[in-house]
Amino acid sequence: MVTEVKKWQWFYRLGSPRWFYEITGRWLPWLLCAASLLLASGLFWGLLVAPPDARQGNSFRIIYLHVPAAILALVGYYIMALAGAVGLIWRIKMSFMVMKSAAPIGAALTFIALFTGAVWGKPSWGTYWVWDARITSMLILLFLYLGVLALQRAFSSAEMAYRASAILALVGTINIPIIYKSVDWWHTLHQPATLKLTSASSIHIDMLQPLIVMICGFYVFYVVALCLFTRAEIIRREATSAWVRALVSNESSR
Amino acid sequence: MARTPSFLAYVRRDVLLAYRRLGDTVAPLIFFTMVCTLVPLGLSPDPQRLSEIAPGIMWIMALLATLLSIERIFAFDFEDGSLEQLLIAPQLIALPVLAKIVAHWLVTGLPLTLLSPLLAMTLSLPTSAYPAMLLSLAIGSAYLSAVGAVGASLTVSLGRGGLLLPLLVVPLYMPIMIFGTATVFYAVDGLHWSGPLAAMGAMLCAALALCPLAAAAALRVTSA
Amino acid sequence: MCMDVPVPQDYLLSTNELCFERDGRRLFEGINLRLKAGEMVLIEGPNGCGKTTLMRLLTTLLSPTSGALCYRGEPLEKVRYEYLADLLYIGHQSAVKLALSAEENLAWMAASEGIHDPKSVRAALRSMGLGAVYDLPCHQLSAGQVRRVALSRLVLTRAKLWFLDEPLTALDTEGIGLITGRLQGHLDSGGAIVLISHQDLAIGAVRNYDLTKRCA
Repeated sequence: MVTEVKKWQWFYRLGSPRWFYEITGRWLPWLLCAASLLLASGLFWGLLVAPPDARQGNSFRIIYLHVPAAILALVGYYIMALAGAVGLIWRIKMSFMVMKSAAPIGAALTFIALFTGAVWGKPSWGTYWVWDARITSMLILLFLYLGVLALQRAFSSAEMAYRASAILALVGTINIPIIYKSVDWWHTLHQPATLKLTSASSIHIDMLQPLIVMICGFYVFYVVALCLFTRAEIIRREATSAWVRALVSNESSR
Repeated sequence: MARTPSFLAYVRRDVLLAYRRLGDTVAPLIFFTMVCTLVPLGLSPDPQRLSEIAPGIMWIMALLATLLSIERIFAFDFEDGSLEQLLIAPQLIALPVLAKIVAHWLVTGLPLTLLSPLLAMTLSLPTSAYPAMLLSLAIGSAYLSAVGAVGASLTVSLGRGGLLLPLLVVPLYMPIMIFGTATVFYAVDGLHWSGPLAAMGAMLCAALALCPLAAAAALRVTSA
Repeated sequence: MCMDVPVPQDYLLSTNELCFERDGRRLFEGINLRLKAGEMVLIEGPNGCGKTTLMRLLTTLLSPTSGALCYRGEPLEKVRYEYLADLLYIGHQSAVKLALSAEENLAWMAASEGIHDPKSVRAALRSMGLGAVYDLPCHQLSAGQVRRVALSRLVLTRAKLWFLDEPLTALDTEGIGLITGRLQGHLDSGGAIVLISHQDLAIGAVRNYDLTKRCA
């Protein structure tokens, strides 16, 4: 019995909000440095150094925001659902807090992807909005995020809200591939693929390198944002606990 | 070990309850009919134009009619305490939940499907597309009931009349609507429509297997 | 093993250091309830101390934050379905469908336990003083009569463990008398009852469990 406890100690320690708060406090400065370094160099490289696109000129450069945001928006949903699943299965409160924090970040990234897509659409398609397959899928993803956000805020009991929204996120996860496939199919049904976006594979290597830097930068930035949101959630939830009180009194006496 | 009611007993009970509250039960059907009347009024009475959009209109209205009624799948049981009794029944809760989904389809989706030819006629849908429309609505509305049950179970304790349930469920309804309308469009164009219909069938099978489990888990959480 | 000290099988229900928190707020802790056949426990405490919550924990509608529940000395994870099949719970909401008649309601509740016998359903309703109204839809009955419909389950059930949360609300003196008699009969035949009630009951073997001491 005792060895059993020891074996799983790291797992349960991971589930301790206090431990999470302290360890992320130590990591955050480094992560923040890495994120700003990657994002600054990626932006500099992409916006100033990389050559303009033969067909689209300089307007293509918005992909350096659009593509990483879109990727992280989708990945973020899976991270959210995974955190929710861990919370539901092992009853780890910490995991639910991560899940709750992932929702607004993901929704914001989805919105950024949609917005930059619209801005990009104006010079390349002549209109801000077309019912393109990817844009439509992105819009549905935003709706899925909004559903989770709304459900999280609907319950008076925080624990109930955690678990209910985790179930919703899991249901959404199963649906995302179906949504993407069906929207793709729907799009080919209604209009032949004349308006094709530059796909990542046909992109020139000089343009691709900064994009990869930007994607990495967005990943690190995502982790930073997730940590910050989760730390705020921890303080909110654990406000009555002794260690948070000690922390607050330390901060205010400083 | 005590015996629990059979699957069919649960279905029968819910259908009986729906029958006793007939006014509530037919309201979505009347809504379906009325909103379909709005289309020629708001758009154009031109049969040519109507027939072009009829499949989409029928499907959107069917979806809205389901949304209107899906909340009730657990709401009454939550209010009068039957849900508590269900949750402490010595059996897998997913089974009665599936029965409730079937019952909901029997009193909403099925009548809606049977009503659809009448409305399709007023919207000048070509008669050749009727079989495709009937089948796609029958399968699709069952899917709507199954997925809707998950949304209803998540929001059951949040009080009634909320706008939250549609917000959760509509994004999940989009794929089935794409295939549903496509089936009818294919039939109108004289193409083989078995492809999208098969996709709908596959989605329905998956939904019937997974949604009762998800809804049962959600009920345990939200009605605690 | 459920407990450090083995619990004899004759305890129908026993709990070990049951503790419940909601949103980080501890409602109560250290609940050690033991219930033998023929015993009745009356849960006491002021409003808001968690009586109903404890009832919902005992009926598995809620899960405890820590601690364990045992049925006949076995931990609940092992014997969950046996336990559920042996318990009867009547909560604040009586699970009576107002659109159905008293007879239809009771027939369903009996069927939930595997009892399919129209005659005994009718007889149970008669014994609860509902003989004249058994075929009326329940929305035509008074609150007290609806309560009687819900409580007529007690006449039919085969469950040993009864959990009753304020069963006497809306009942008149005659109704209270009927229920008291039924509870006594259940205890005499080897059943056990956990009860929340603000009204005094004329039953001999009542053990009081004061929840105030366990509240955090």
